[in-house]
Amino acid sequence: MTDLLSLAIWTPIAAGLLALATGSDRNAALARGIALLGAFLGFGVTIPLYLGFNTTSHALQFVEYRPWISAFDIAYYLGVDGISVLFVLLNSLITVFVVLAGWRAIQSRVAQYNAAFLIMSGLMNGIFCAQDGMLFYVFFEASLIPLYLIIGVWGGPNRVYAAIKFFLYTLVGSLLLLLAIIYLYLKSGAFLIAEIPAEFETTHRAITWKALPLSIQEQAWIFFAFLIAFAVKVPMFPVHTWLPDAHVEAPTGGSVVLAAIALKLGAYGFLRFSLPVTPDAAHEYAWLLIALSLIAVIYIGLVALVQADMKKLVAYSSIAHMGFVTLGFFMFSALGIEGALVQMISHGFVSAAMFLCIGVLYDRTHTRQIADYGGVVNTMPKFAAFFMLFAMANAGLPATSGFVGEFMVILAAVQFNFWIAMAAASTLIIGAAYTLWMYKRVIFGAIASERVRALADISAREFCILTLLALAVLGMGLYPKPFTDVMHTSVDELLRHAAQSKIPQTPQIPQIP
Amino acid sequence: MLDSIPSFFQDFDATALNLMLSAPEIFLLVMSCVILLVDLAVKSPRRTTTFALTQITLAGAFVLIFFVMRPRSLEETGVYAFGGMFVNDMLSYALKALVYFTVIVTLFYSRRYLHERQAMCRGEYFVLALLATLGMSVMISAHHFLPLYLGLEIMSLSLYAMVAMNRNSVAATEAAMKYFILGAIGSGMLLYGMSMVYGATESLFISEIGERLRILSVLDISSNPDTVLALGLVFIVAAIAFKLGAVPFHMWIPDVYHGAPTATTLFIATAPKLAGFAIMLRLLADAMPVLSVDWQSMLMVLAVLSIAVGNLVAIMQTNIKRMLAYSAISHIGFMLIGMASTDTLSFGDAYASTMFYVVTYVFTTLAAFGIILLFARAGFEADELAHYKGLNQRHPWFAAMMMIVMLSMAGIPFFVGFFAKFYVLKTAVMAGYYWLAAVAVLFSLIGAFYYLRVIKYMYFDTAGEEEAVARVESGFFVKALVSANALGIALLGIFPDFLLRLSRTSALSILLLQ
Repeated sequence: MTDLLSLAIWTPIAAGLLALATGSDRNAALARGIALLGAFLGFGVTIPLYLGFNTTSHALQFVEYRPWISAFDIAYYLGVDGISVLFVLLNSLITVFVVLAGWRAIQSRVAQYNAAFLIMSGLMNGIFCAQDGMLFYVFFEASLIPLYLIIGVWGGPNRVYAAIKFFLYTLVGSLLLLLAIIYLYLKSGAFLIAEIPAEFETTHRAITWKALPLSIQEQAWIFFAFLIAFAVKVPMFPVHTWLPDAHVEAPTGGSVVLAAIALKLGAYGFLRFSLPVTPDAAHEYAWLLIALSLIAVIYIGLVALVQADMKKLVAYSSIAHMGFVTLGFFMFSALGIEGALVQMISHGFVSAAMFLCIGVLYDRTHTRQIADYGGVVNTMPKFAAFFMLFAMANAGLPATSGFVGEFMVILAAVQFNFWIAMAAASTLIIGAAYTLWMYKRVIFGAIASERVRALADISAREFCILTLLALAVLGMGLYPKPFTDVMHTSVDELLRHAAQSKIPQTPQIPQIP
Repeated sequence: MLDSIPSFFQDFDATALNLMLSAPEIFLLVMSCVILLVDLAVKSPRRTTTFALTQITLAGAFVLIFFVMRPRSLEETGVYAFGGMFVNDMLSYALKALVYFTVIVTLFYSRRYLHERQAMCRGEYFVLALLATLGMSVMISAHHFLPLYLGLEIMSLSLYAMVAMNRNSVAATEAAMKYFILGAIGSGMLLYGMSMVYGATESLFISEIGERLRILSVLDISSNPDTVLALGLVFIVAAIAFKLGAVPFHMWIPDVYHGAPTATTLFIATAPKLAGFAIMLRLLADAMPVLSVDWQSMLMVLAVLSIAVGNLVAIMQTNIKRMLAYSAISHIGFMLIGMASTDTLSFGDAYASTMFYVVTYVFTTLAAFGIILLFARAGFEADELAHYKGLNQRHPWFAAMMMIVMLSMAGIPFFVGFFAKFYVLKTAVMAGYYWLAAVAVLFSLIGAFYYLRVIKYMYFDTAGEEEAVARVESGFFVKALVSANALGIALLGIFPDFLLRLSRTSALSILLLQ
């Protein structure tokens, strides 16, 4: 019972290795079966995390602590709070969809494909659970490998370029993160992000990074190292250019994971590292983050408007939506951060659904160009209905999950500064414009070509996936309380912590234990 | 003036020969002579008897280390033999054991390759390998300039011959020539430097030099910089850089790696790095810690240049052996960062991180060349990157193994290469060299590109019409050994504690010697 987080991490990885062992494509059916079973099991073990989560406490829960590399004081230290627990669930759930989405579309090297996704799912859970800085980093960087392979092996014609660009871009950030982590390690004597609960016996009790006093210069350096690492991952303007390439070339499953989970890692990093470890620098440079976020919301939104490729359009819309998330974080209000978190989860569902819908079309026609479509509603009415719902959610229509997060962030922005709120609110227009215009061109009108005429409506498998996502999108839009309840206490604690200055009052050197 | 300094030999029995302490070396020497004779009677073209005897000898030397090792010597300072010329401390036990182990694995990997090239499959190849191992062993234990130089020459001369073994190959002959000439220059510089240090300290004993330099610095003679000493140091550092292959003394590395038969390349690329690390430690850290400020800054320049040149030039290579040569240069640069980050707080960490880096580098390189050797066959070297196109479709298992090796070299976790880089960077930051760490990180990013490119060839491309790696003809044992080697890299990455502790204890033994 206590090792639930380890199970959440290692179950998918073990299943992935098992699927890998089935070998060649002769056993493709077996590999798919094992992968699906593994994905379901992986999701199954995360459900008790939600059910057993104590929403009144801001402390870490389901904590595991074991020394790992004692020579460097690195520990295998896992735990979740109200901020991270939902992402573990989201990630495990999305993995099930991803395995299902590749059921028919992937016919070559099936075992490797499924293994890559399952292993990645485990590694991502590791990122969200890690409370040791080095453990976090190890998972953070290791998760690049499967995604690199997924894009490069099963991707589109320009996949090599996209895969290498993706890898190198994110590596730049993570190497700077590594330097910051090393600095914090030498300063604090350990990699503890959070306090070790008292029930675990350890030989040394080093100071946690949250409590570590740092001068404003140190904070600034560390803050910018974190910023580059996480901004690339989010991605924020102007380091976002890898994302459209990666999305366009990745197979459907890859795009889904990329949008639904991988982008959240950067934003999560801001909450886990930037705000608590360098609060003074975060306040000092909040203006920069807010400005970049607004550029993402408005400028990238306009860029999305002119895209001719559906996947690229959704990729740019993802960047714009993530701009909302970072905007929410750096206004330092509970409403803003909660709104941003809701937006992250909602975007996990909505973008996954959008990419799955595009995947449905692509599997049938092998084109993603908007111009190749038209009149799809005549041949695929059921699909058109689902696509409509998700497009509306992407545009932020009330009663869908997309609305809740955006609304909360805009409310927080109004409290913060009216003009920022005004600029942010423009997304409601731009977002609606690019999403609905694309929807109109693809779905409505006369049947554009023979290919569209030959389209078959969605299969039972696709129907199941889209129904589940539709329920999630609507459910979260109509009744977001189960989500906000979980995060509320932890967000308050985070804000309380981020409001305290960490600059040492007397000019003394902090002791290295 | 130096006569007034009390002799270092008052501390221990200078006349003691303690021959038994060098039992592994003596065993190696005797057996290499025996094998040379026995080989005359071996008729089989596979040289099975010679091969088996060689491996048994190495294994025997490996076991002898544990007999020589004093039970309590983990924390103890070194024990001396040959009147102080030869030292056995934790560092030498560990490095010798690693060298013997590495050579055993190397020879297993090379066996089929040698057999398929009859010019190379002679008894002499194995004898030369043993002699080179003997040389490394002597280098590791040497505590006097003379045995140190002798060991270096035994190793180098054997290696030159091993490169030239394939007489029919023009490239190999050229590589041997180049290696020999540049190696001779390196050795000459070392001798020159040693003679100058001798001139300044009037001693060839490493411990004594350390002692005298310390006294000289206390007497404040060093405030008037001793030109002879400084020049000697420069030559010694340059010679070490030559032997390790640090930029700007790296010219021989790409040509020798590329031109030499792959089996020999594997030999040169692995165990001699351990011995090179040993002499660097003995000459700089052991003999001249007082001058650390001076050699530290020289090493820093070498390190930055090596990382930059190695990583940048590797990008343009199409031959995998040449690419690994440039990658070796950049890894040497990383190693030197560890060595250069000696600050009063972090002496132990600096040496330990360097040792950890070298050892993981040797393991990783073993696996990399092991895989190349698996795919080589008669008339086909499997050394172009393009040969590995679409490897994943034909040999998914070995493609995965190669991927592990490449990711480890690039420094991606969970592979041990990551912790090696982490330890070195940590030491640099600890010593306050933030810029050095930043430069290293920047270039390792560039380095990641060409490692990723290998993965791209294996996984993203499909094999075309051109010649490509086909079936693996090696036996099950070698395949299992290569796999264990590669998986070991992953395993060491998850549980690096043992190797870390070993590196620390060994590095500390150097400090205890003084």
